[in-house]
Amino acid sequence: MDSNEATTSESVSKKKGKTKKVKRKVKPDEAPVQEMGQAEGEETEKKSVSGPCFPPTFSVSEIKNKQRRHAMFLKLKEEKRKAPPKEVPKTIENQRIYDETTVNPEDEEVAFDEGTDEFSAYFSRLTNPKVLITTSDRPRGRTVRFCEQLATVIPHAHVYYRRGLALKRVIPQCVSRGFTYVMVINEDRKVPNGLVLCHLPDGPTAHFKVSNVRLRKEMKRRGKDPTEHVPEVILNNFTTRLGHSIGRLFAALFPHDPQFVGRQVATFHNQRDFIFFRFHRYIFKNEKKVGIQELGPRFTLKLRSLQKGTFDSKFGEYEWVHKRHEMDSSRRKFHL
Amino acid sequence: MQHDDVIWDLIGNDSFCSYKVKTKTQRFCRNEYNLTGLCNRSSCPLANSQYATVREEKGRCYLYMKVVERAAFPARMWEKVKLDRNYAKALEQIDENLMYWPQFIRHKCKQRLTKIAQYLIRIRKLTLKRQRKLVPLSRKVERREKRREEKALIAAQLENAIEKELLDRLKQGTYGDIYNFPIHAFNKAMEKQEEETESEEAEDEEEPVTREFVADDEFEESDLSDFEDMNNLKGSSDEEEDAEEESREEEESEEELEEEKTKAQSKGKAPLKGPIRKKRAYVEIEYEQETEPAQKSKAT
Repeated sequence: MDSNEATTSESVSKKKGKTKKVKRKVKPDEAPVQEMGQAEGEETEKKSVSGPCFPPTFSVSEIKNKQRRHAMFLKLKEEKRKAPPKEVPKTIENQRIYDETTVNPEDEEVAFDEGTDEFSAYFSRLTNPKVLITTSDRPRGRTVRFCEQLATVIPHAHVYYRRGLALKRVIPQCVSRGFTYVMVINEDRKVPNGLVLCHLPDGPTAHFKVSNVRLRKEMKRRGKDPTEHVPEVILNNFTTRLGHSIGRLFAALFPHDPQFVGRQVATFHNQRDFIFFRFHRYIFKNEKKVGIQELGPRFTLKLRSLQKGTFDSKFGEYEWVHKRHEMDSSRRKFHL
Repeated sequence: MQHDDVIWDLIGNDSFCSYKVKTKTQRFCRNEYNLTGLCNRSSCPLANSQYATVREEKGRCYLYMKVVERAAFPARMWEKVKLDRNYAKALEQIDENLMYWPQFIRHKCKQRLTKIAQYLIRIRKLTLKRQRKLVPLSRKVERREKRREEKALIAAQLENAIEKELLDRLKQGTYGDIYNFPIHAFNKAMEKQEEETESEEAEDEEEPVTREFVADDEFEESDLSDFEDMNNLKGSSDEEEDAEEESREEEESEEELEEEKTKAQSKGKAPLKGPIRKKRAYVEIEYEQETEPAQKSKAT
């Protein structure tokens, strides 16, 4: 029994709870090994050392041979010096359930779709954006100010007061006047809480929930008002197919060629299905450093539904609708 | 008619009536058949045996009439007449039905009809316009969303992401020639630094293997200070191009002399060379004697 245990201790890897009997059995096994010639001894030693064959109670000091002991000691020291690999912490982004609609950059099908969808006109530089911003009925002060600030942020944007007009009537009028976007900010209890973004000729309509609106007055350490220069656009983390289309929706709001003189940048950053909008002015201090200063309003959006065609809540065809019970069941699943 | 005054006495001015709603200035009557809505002697449907009202049901107006003869039959007390949709015709109908009735009731009925007609028109107009759909918010869901948004904001690290993106764009060259950072020079400098660090590391590893204390000959030449020694060393190293290792070691020794205790070179050989240097300094007794009394004087 004991001899069996001894032999297994040499061949099998770490076993916990080794008794002292086994250890002593191992020693006499090693002693004859050490008594043999150095060359052979070294080989067997090395074989036993290379595989994790030692019982855990083994320590270097028990090797009788000085040189071999020294070699083992140096080896152990070397291993200790190499720090253990740093473990990567789990984050929600790491653990995100893989979405099969994630767009591969070289995907031809997606590229073809994008070449022929409603935004292709914009992306092939046929049209220039012109945005109409309006609100729901009877907007209160905060919403009105928000609209004004949005109009400064987005170039070629016009704010119109909604006098109880139906959107369905508004849209053909806008089309006839050459607008490419209609943005309706919905208000609830004196605070903007919804956004309907409709791409005009016959584009998709996206409905967002708006939260955490900060007007320019409320920003800390903000810069001066944004100028008339066309800002750059940054779109972050729009990975899935749906995210891609929403990203293009935002991109088409802004004119093509940003004026770098203005040094302004508008960012739409998607994180866990929340889209954060920020507007900054940047300055490059040197090659490796850039300073940014927040200017305009900030808000966060959450997509509620994406409808093909212009705004038509009754008969429209919805590409994507947020269904809470189906889509919010998992904390690691995101759709944008 | 006989009982009207009695009834009014019982329920009327300061008495109790279950339909009565009293405010500071006025008395209202909640009776559904009341013509004006106020609690008055002439408007009370209980205290008037002959009474008429106009009421609206599902968009149609009806004229209700009550007469004394039917006072004993509560089930049939109110006579219901459907009025025409046309406002003018409905007025005529009222006139026709309430032909010999008191002026007050006729007038009030017509007024009530007018008001009802107006609000029906308004309802129809509003239904044609956009309806505001009220969507209930679930408090639990709202709280959950708010929390998730905060967490997402923290995870997003927006400033860093924006800065990174901008720097990437700068590197890619989307900005063209606007920003005149000396890119090439910078990159070259970076590469040089990398080479130097690599070479130094390589040398550090090699040092235990090849220990050559070559500088003995040169040091015997000069009787100057260490710094001047180094100047000579530098000059000599520039001139000599015998062995790269030798020159490198000399440069290193110069660096070590310049920076007294080199923190950067924490690997093997610096301490070894240090004591050797000091030994050499101690060998040349002149230095020692010069420094020591100075220190002593400073101490005192």
